[in-house]
Amino acid sequence: MDNIIEIQHLSKTFGSNEVLKDIDFSVKKGEVVCIIGSSGSGKSTLLRCINLLEKPSGGQIIYKGENILDEKHDIYAYRTKLGMVFQQFNLFNNYNVLGNCIVGQMKVLKRTREEAINVAMKYLKVVGMDQYINAKPKQLSGGQKQRVAIARALSMEPDVMLFDEPTSALDPEMVGEVLKVMKELAELGLTMLIVTHEMGFARDVADRVVFMDQGVIVEEGPPEQVLVNPVQERTREFLRRTLNEL
Amino acid sequence: MRLELIIKILTENWHMFLRGAGMTLYISVIGTIFGFIIGLIVGIIRTIPIPERGFKKGFLKVINWLLSAYIEFFRGTPMMVQAMVIYYGSAEALGINMDKYAAAIFIVSINTGAYMAEIVRGGIISIDKGQFEAAHAMGMNHFQTMIYVVMPQVIRNILPATGNEFVINIKDTSVLNVISVSELFFTTKSIAGNSFIFYPPFFIACVLYFVMTFTVTRILRFIEKKIDGPENFILAGNQMQVAKPEDMLKRSN
Repeated sequence: MDNIIEIQHLSKTFGSNEVLKDIDFSVKKGEVVCIIGSSGSGKSTLLRCINLLEKPSGGQIIYKGENILDEKHDIYAYRTKLGMVFQQFNLFNNYNVLGNCIVGQMKVLKRTREEAINVAMKYLKVVGMDQYINAKPKQLSGGQKQRVAIARALSMEPDVMLFDEPTSALDPEMVGEVLKVMKELAELGLTMLIVTHEMGFARDVADRVVFMDQGVIVEEGPPEQVLVNPVQERTREFLRRTLNEL
Repeated sequence: MRLELIIKILTENWHMFLRGAGMTLYISVIGTIFGFIIGLIVGIIRTIPIPERGFKKGFLKVINWLLSAYIEFFRGTPMMVQAMVIYYGSAEALGINMDKYAAAIFIVSINTGAYMAEIVRGGIISIDKGQFEAAHAMGMNHFQTMIYVVMPQVIRNILPATGNEFVINIKDTSVLNVISVSELFFTTKSIAGNSFIFYPPFFIACVLYFVMTFTVTRILRFIEKKIDGPENFILAGNQMQVAKPEDMLKRSN
């Protein structure tokens, strides 16, 4: 079928610590997938393996029919097809908001400055940060930084957006504004892969929820199944713990 | 203090003092700039991630070893001794007659380079890993990441340390008198030697050194402020909506 990313037997070890164990997983075009699980379950590592910020120890990652772990594959070109949003925002401190959104377009995609600014402004409007183009990252609040980071990733016009716990470093009152933006993106039909602790958001937005525990995918399916009537005992245990905390 | 003596020395020799100070400034400015560039290049090369295998790994290891040797050697020996070895060594052992000013700039540059390389490496290490990851995730390679994202931040952060190096260079060019470069210390020494008056010329030299170092420090502080940019930012797209009373006044006049 039209799997945009297909992961086969992916494993990752840090020293003797096995973080991912034989993961099989795929994302279809236009699909919104939320990955949930407790800390240390390997969900962030899975995301980081997908764009090769971590080098997988074994297995295959097939992107549009090509194995990108093949030595000859151009990983830099592949990475431009994936937009990444980090927990810690990671905006470039030496650029203002607009600079953050155009530097990649100009230097990596070789767009002209005018073209890059047009694209950047389009996505800054989507996240509601188009008024702040002159601001430096340190002058923004956490929620604003994350919205700029989303616009920066979108400006590269990727095929898939990866979100690595985008709201975990935010104050509670700022979580809403970022989730709202992500919800709008999901409605636009973007392919999104989201690692999150926001169960409500996952239930509302996800087409599919994946529950990970101790480096394996325990359960995956539509949100009504995984989040409401989980089949696996481990999923039920996790949900009970998370919901009690709230 | 015999002020009239100082004034007398100054009026008789001011052009020599100025020429000496000019030479000191010339050598230390050029030397610091070259040293800064050497430091940046060495710093970037030494932080290239080493691949797990292949030809590139061995190549990088050799390069890194050579660069470490360079840094350790030039940091670990006095500049005065290096000046003697390089200037007289090149003449006696290799038969190359170096111009002594070229030799002076060369010595100051590679010396500063050795220190700057470590300062730059420290600067690169101190940049948050997230900056590298964000750049890589965008598809930038190591050099693009360095040039567009990391180095601008590193340069900003190492400016105070560079100012240090600059000040040290202005003062340490005085050791180049051993290869008879006519910088400030050398000229002062000859003025004192000719007149048999000692402390007044050196007092004047002292003041001149201080004026040079202090000016350089101030200029660098100014550059730092320029790089940091304004404290506040202007919201785009709504400049017309909020007209301040003084703007209205200006417009009506």
